[in-house]
Amino acid sequence: MSDGTTAPSVIRIRGLVTRIGDRVLHDHIDLDVLRGEILGVVGGSGTGKSVLLRSIIGLQRPAEGSVEVLGQNIAGLGGGELVRLQIRWGVLFQDGALFSDQTVAQNVQLPLREHTDLPQQLMDEIASVKLSMVGLPPDSAKNYPAELSGGMRKRAGLARALALDPELLFLDEPTAGLDPIAATQFDELVRELQQSLRLTVFMVTHDIDTLRATTDRIAVLVDRKIKIGTIATLAHDPHPWIHEYFTGARGRAALATQ
Amino acid sequence: MIVGGSWLISEARRLDPMLRTLDPSGYARIMIDCGALERLDTVGAWLLLRTKRVLEHNGLEVQAVNVREEYRALVHTIDHECRAPPVRLPLPHTLTDRLERIGRGLFHALHQAYALLGFFGLVVLATVTTILQPSRLRVAALLHQIEETGVNALPIVGLLSFLIGVVVAYQGADQLRQFGVEVFTVNLLGVGILRELGGLMAAIIVAGRSGSAFTAHIGTMKVNEELDAIEISGLSNIEVLVLPRVLGILVTLPLLTFYSNIMGLLGGMVMCYFDLSITIPAFLHQLRDAVVGWTFWVGLIKAPVFAFIIGLVGCYQGLNVERNAASVGKLTTLAVVESIFLVIVADAIFSTLFSMLGI
Repeated sequence: MSDGTTAPSVIRIRGLVTRIGDRVLHDHIDLDVLRGEILGVVGGSGTGKSVLLRSIIGLQRPAEGSVEVLGQNIAGLGGGELVRLQIRWGVLFQDGALFSDQTVAQNVQLPLREHTDLPQQLMDEIASVKLSMVGLPPDSAKNYPAELSGGMRKRAGLARALALDPELLFLDEPTAGLDPIAATQFDELVRELQQSLRLTVFMVTHDIDTLRATTDRIAVLVDRKIKIGTIATLAHDPHPWIHEYFTGARGRAALATQ
Repeated sequence: MIVGGSWLISEARRLDPMLRTLDPSGYARIMIDCGALERLDTVGAWLLLRTKRVLEHNGLEVQAVNVREEYRALVHTIDHECRAPPVRLPLPHTLTDRLERIGRGLFHALHQAYALLGFFGLVVLATVTTILQPSRLRVAALLHQIEETGVNALPIVGLLSFLIGVVVAYQGADQLRQFGVEVFTVNLLGVGILRELGGLMAAIIVAGRSGSAFTAHIGTMKVNEELDAIEISGLSNIEVLVLPRVLGILVTLPLLTFYSNIMGLLGGMVMCYFDLSITIPAFLHQLRDAVVGWTFWVGLIKAPVFAFIIGLVGCYQGLNVERNAASVGKLTTLAVVESIFLVIVADAIFSTLFSMLGI
């Protein structure tokens, strides 16, 4: 699966500045995501977690700085090069972003249809493999997204993100809106898939349980800067927001089970 | 069997037919040697497992050897998870399917008519309650709706009616000139615009502008659970949202119809002046002779009915929205189509009625 690149950083951000209107969201931040790790990104509301994700996948143009993904600078890519890069990553948006006029199977097959020329029979098989990998029952393939629960939509979105066997997976708040049991199952699923497919995962989340259960490292967005560490090191960080996040009531409860 | 090289999604097109046509006859045992495998992804792993299962199904003994440690987890995951055969999607568009759709459509239309009638009753009841207790009327909301559906519609209604007047005068003059009676263009304009076109133009523009806005606004509020919030605060959605809109449009559409009539005649008058050299006093004189009896009122009487239809359908579809964004768009389109349809049906009924009454 690794594409010959031996560079340890799958994502390399240098001096990124993001402005929305007059507001500076990110002020010269640096971040490296290493091959094969799960990186969790946390931060208060409005600190630009999702915007950071959008900057990396090229939906948001940075005001300054560079974003390199899989060794290529996103800002400098032309249409064809960007597409070739895009099929090497998968993105799960917050509510799955499934196409509502297509069945789940058609949703999963869409990237296959666009970027490969496989026979329909094999595409059906691949769709059902991916759906069972994310833990959806086989007959959910013919459902429309509106007929699925929130948790199932996220799983179906994950199956679509994995359709082309990406090296890199982006997850935007994967457990938001799920009940605690479904959230725990989703955490386990991400961990399992990451291990068996040897994915690199970039995950934006609020959920401290998810951070504990899945991530290798954590990046915290505070004061327009980024702080990187593990749960253990960040718990002793003097910054008030980080301190509160990891040692507040929810943080303590999550860490106690570690 | 020796498996080597890259087993990736990019190679699947080549590998898939080869594996499907694999002929194992004459063998009792097959050993799949994966030692030379360089790269493997989920599609490659699935192809291997599928082949293994097909062979096993045919009574052969299959053994995979030399699977590299790094691929074990992937193969295990897929082998473990994927037990069920792929689901075949049913083919749509058969004959029975189409018949079923027609039937469903019919029942849906009947149900819709029934529900709309129920909604009509609700609104009438709420109106009567409000008349009995005028303090319950939301004056600010009503004025806002009058501004939104009436004042703000003036430019577009005026321009389009003016243009319709120009078009009617031009076409009429062209035909009537053949008989040498082009002065009757004025009669055509007076009767056509005052009885039919002015009112219809105003109603259709308002249906497109305001009927759709009613559905979109109320529907968005429903998606945001604002309607539930109104309901549990002890207020009534009909009183808070529907009545100001229906009453607002009831006030503005007759006024807009009058305005549309004037602008239409103005357009015709300008056209007559330049195309037929009919001066303004001559035009007005001819118009006074043409517009007799009920002609003017026939157009205006219909306006409140059209207004009621547009307001009712717009609000009804808004309340019908399901709690997702796609539904707002779908029902907004439906509201416009349905209200224009009903307006024209009502207009046809009026025409029949007036001709039977001889006015």
